[in-house]
Amino acid sequence: MKMTDTNATFRRSLHVALLCLTVFAFLGASDEGARFNRLGHRLMCVCSCNQILLECNHVGCTYSDRMRGELMAGLDRGENDDLTLQDFVQKYGPTVLAAPTGTGFNRVAWIMPFLALVLGLLTTIFIVRAWRKRPALAAPGGVLPVSGAELEHFRTQARKDTQI
Amino acid sequence: MSQIGSFALLLALALSTYSFLAGILALARPGPGSERLGETARRAGIATFAVVFLAAFILVISAFQDNFSIAYIFHHSNRDLPAPYKFATLWSGQEGSLPFWSLLLSAYGLVLRLRHKTDARLFAYASAIIAAVQIFFLLLLNFAAHPFALMQGELPADGAGLNPLLQYPEMVIHPPMLYLGYVGFTVPFAFALGALIMRYPGEKWIHITRRWTMVTWAFLTCGVFLGAHWAYSVLGWGGYWGWDPVENASLMPWLTGTAFLHSVMMQEKRGMLKMWNMWLIFATFWLAILGTFLTRSGIISSVHAFAQSSIGGWFKWFLVLTLVTFTFFFFKNKSHLRSEHKLESLISRESSFLFNNLLLLLACFTVLWGTWFPLISEYVQGNKVTVGPPFYNNVAIPVALLLLLLTAVGPLLAWRKTSVESLKRNFMWPALGAIAVGILMMVFGVRPWKDISYFYALMAAMLAALVGLTVTSEFIRGGRVIARHTGQNLLASMVHLFHRNTRRYGGYIVHFGVAVVIIGILGTPFNQDKEKEMGFGDKMTIGPYTLVCESYTQDDNPNYSNEWAIISVFRGDRKIETMYPERRFYKASQQPQTLPRIRSSYKEDLYLTYEGVNEATGRPIIKAHLNPLVMWIWVGVLIMIGGTVLALIPNAAPVRVTAPARIQAAPVGAGD
Repeated sequence: MKMTDTNATFRRSLHVALLCLTVFAFLGASDEGARFNRLGHRLMCVCSCNQILLECNHVGCTYSDRMRGELMAGLDRGENDDLTLQDFVQKYGPTVLAAPTGTGFNRVAWIMPFLALVLGLLTTIFIVRAWRKRPALAAPGGVLPVSGAELEHFRTQARKDTQI
Repeated sequence: MSQIGSFALLLALALSTYSFLAGILALARPGPGSERLGETARRAGIATFAVVFLAAFILVISAFQDNFSIAYIFHHSNRDLPAPYKFATLWSGQEGSLPFWSLLLSAYGLVLRLRHKTDARLFAYASAIIAAVQIFFLLLLNFAAHPFALMQGELPADGAGLNPLLQYPEMVIHPPMLYLGYVGFTVPFAFALGALIMRYPGEKWIHITRRWTMVTWAFLTCGVFLGAHWAYSVLGWGGYWGWDPVENASLMPWLTGTAFLHSVMMQEKRGMLKMWNMWLIFATFWLAILGTFLTRSGIISSVHAFAQSSIGGWFKWFLVLTLVTFTFFFFKNKSHLRSEHKLESLISRESSFLFNNLLLLLACFTVLWGTWFPLISEYVQGNKVTVGPPFYNNVAIPVALLLLLLTAVGPLLAWRKTSVESLKRNFMWPALGAIAVGILMMVFGVRPWKDISYFYALMAAMLAALVGLTVTSEFIRGGRVIARHTGQNLLASMVHLFHRNTRRYGGYIVHFGVAVVIIGILGTPFNQDKEKEMGFGDKMTIGPYTLVCESYTQDDNPNYSNEWAIISVFRGDRKIETMYPERRFYKASQQPQTLPRIRSSYKEDLYLTYEGVNEATGRPIIKAHLNPLVMWIWVGVLIMIGGTVLALIPNAAPVRVTAPARIQAAPVGAGD
């Protein structure tokens, strides 16, 4: 009876909480993001400092200021994101993009981790199923009560398994 | 001096080789003399420590004596270098860091060899394997990267100086911590391989290496996060993790080491995952070497360019050799590693460990894949691509969130089988708490639909709350059971509970620390920055702070000249601090360096950098970052380290209950 009450309370509380979450999640409209900031974080500075364009503070960097200016100019021209990034690729090469694109062989970069996740999950499920199907050890015919060292072994094992 | 150092390295190589060969011979041909031969191998291993220590000591003394006849000292030190950095010269460059690696390995070997009576045969195997690894590093030192190589021609009056990036207090402790972690994993690996070769019965080798592994993991954790803190405090870009290949290299063994720490519990408790654990500890050791290969070879461009050289080939062959050796013995003796038990239920601690391992390995694979993809791309399509933060943020963060979910749920599951009812009962309040945190965050303006990073931040906050609440509820529930039996108050009962199973509850504290670290990281999407040229009295506002430039000035000392600004920080009308962002120019190395200044609070960090001077006006350009919650990352790491240290405390002896007690409450989890 007590368990049923707990279940009901749990369900009700969960429903209320999820409802609140949903309400807040759909409140309001999406703001216009800062495109400069977003695109600047999708580009690398090419001064070989290996830093994101907007994070490059390499002392004496001769590239980052100029590249930021070019990015701003691209946005002022009203170019869309893809076109702006493409301008940079044409000028500085593909390494200017901070992440592989979703085209051609570069797609493999994105697919592999998820493929590994799926394969890993399938393998884990396979292992779990195989383990669960493994037959339990057959009970011996004339069972004698365990004692001595064997009993102590079981006691130790039980303590290990159940200790709080 | 340099001749003594060179001789010490040669002697160390001879001793290690003897230790390895005599050790293997004694193990392979048991006979009347083998025990004595084995003992000489052990002593040769101990002597290796003394000799490598001598070589490292001579190198440090040479730095203090400004002995620029040694090329390494010339390239990494100068007369006016402060004393702590002269000491750090030992690990500031490749030819120095390799003897340091060798020294740490021989120190670990020394401890192992002194404790050989625990299990003489297993320790003899482990000792021989450590000697084999030591031979590799000493071969490198003697024939590829000699630290005592002499300068040619006229002796220079002063050294070229230490890389400015390394002239920061944390650089005196970050590399040793990282190396203690990297090198330390050699010990559990040596025991694992030894146990595999000798078909060691039972799980005793895991009991023996448990503390080694935990201590090593704690060092690596310290090393990784000290590196992040160094990057934050020195590199001046306002962040702490840039997914640089060398950062990734330190993260990979940490991930597999964490997986190993969890999965060995399954082997200890249930005799399962024996083969898996062998591969995990091998992978951890192997990735630590791979990390060194990445740092040293320059095969992948990195901010750690100061450590590049041509010894990559040596590492490549060593990696192949270790892989072949381990694979050979694994397939030869794998029949010995069969599981003793079957999995009884999907909702059990065992399956949570399985999924935990899957996710940690997946995270490791993602980092490895991202690190190597530029090379793969160059091989396949002829041009390199960059795999930077946007890739990792999109791929690794979802995996990290799933891991955080398992961190929350795992401790609530019992070994063998957990009923759905008990899971619900234990999970209800933490889950409601986590949802409440989500609602609160949205009330306070976090809009997950605005940007994927806000969505991740929201999820991370909810899951971190879930972890924190499940850990707290586990302590409270266990404490209540103890309190009922002993009549102690709840706090004393929780301390009592902790002492009954330090490993389990220490582990929970580590989990709590992870949740706190995540809280620190989730502030990232809300970072702000501003840049402004600031003359006398000029103001810049960022978040709640108003910055006023009081002055800007220059200074000079024997090591460097510098320019810095004096910035008053106001919150409202109240002046709360004066900050001095600085830019230095190191004379010996002729390199500039920006030194940010950081004002940390539990809410946010105000982070100022002196970007340079506008040539036309002569006024400094100041960049201000406002980074919310960063302090919690470092607090979380301290909690993680504290939890690990607590988990190392031996359990108190169980209290024997003579009369049966009626237990009304449900059992509190089970085991670690």
